[in-house]
Amino acid sequence: MQRILGKEANRASKNIAAERLRLVLMHDRLDLTPQMMDSLRSDILKVIADYLEIDESGMEIALQRSNNSIALVANIPVVKMKRLPASAG
Amino acid sequence: MGEVLVVTSGKGGVGKTTTTANIGTALAMMGYRVVLLDADIGLRNLDVVMGLENRIVYDLVDVTNGRCRLKQALIRDRRFESLLLLPAAQTKDKTAVNPEQMKALCDELKQESDYVLVDCPAGIEQGFKNAVAGADKALVVTTPEVSAVRDADRIIGLLQADTEMHHPLLIINRFRPQMVRRGDMLDVDDVNEHLAIELLGIVPEDESVIVSTNRGEPAVLNVNSRAGEAYRNISRRLMGEEVPFMDIESNGTFMGRIRRLLGMRTG
Repeated sequence: MQRILGKEANRASKNIAAERLRLVLMHDRLDLTPQMMDSLRSDILKVIADYLEIDESGMEIALQRSNNSIALVANIPVVKMKRLPASAG
Repeated sequence: MGEVLVVTSGKGGVGKTTTTANIGTALAMMGYRVVLLDADIGLRNLDVVMGLENRIVYDLVDVTNGRCRLKQALIRDRRFESLLLLPAAQTKDKTAVNPEQMKALCDELKQESDYVLVDCPAGIEQGFKNAVAGADKALVVTTPEVSAVRDADRIIGLLQADTEMHHPLLIINRFRPQMVRRGDMLDVDDVNEHLAIELLGIVPEDESVIVSTNRGEPAVLNVNSRAGEAYRNISRRLMGEEVPFMDIESNGTFMGRIRRLLGMRTG
């Protein structure tokens, strides 16, 4: 019935609003202070250090925004792999 | 010693003044001593919504500048002995008062009242900082629209970062159940999910609010007003009472009622 009345064409503007709201809030809240960025960076380093030896000076991390998503992009040069015990833990 | 509640939203036109007037009046109806403080200097409106605009002699800035005593500026409501209004100045701007003065004023007002309700101006500038300076608790008003929810999110962030009010309470105003059923309005869950603060109440869009504003009589005084009922419930929840959220869904159109009777899903 609703489909016959052409509801389909302009269906559920609520869903559009909800998606736009999600994105706009994500952008608004993406106001990481330099201190938060530094602390994120050092935490990432800590985790990686257990597995890989990396070149810290060459490490780059940044938040990249596009129209409908935000990505944390990290470029971390690996110096060498660590040899992990065969059956860790 | 009373409590100072600030009613804020970020965005203009979502119903801060209406909310302040109605909650304040409802609390006075319940017998509490209430002071309504209009912090929107330069654009005062709480006096009009309360129907007290003809009784203003002194205002907020007269008090903070020492041109009159606080008691001289307070207007007593005609309907409730325990309800007072401190109007904003109309011919000054927001810089006429600073946050320290507002804090001192709120501290003085709560000595002799149970609740001080501060009507905050729109925006996040000095007017906002003034309005929150003396507040113990914040009520954030929003409507189910992207712009209003976004601004509410910003306000919540500011309250949590710059004040001690880390747990503001949310009021969703102008809710239109029929539009939600049609899928053309954000529903309560959409708003809640993003703002993630405690929901104090949902106020339906209601023509009686416009009528009551025309008359200068807050909607809580009208027993037939749905919005008035929502505000009375909000006030009781503020008192710590457990009041179930009113069944806004049941306030649909005649067709909506029929549809529900037939058990049709309406989204």
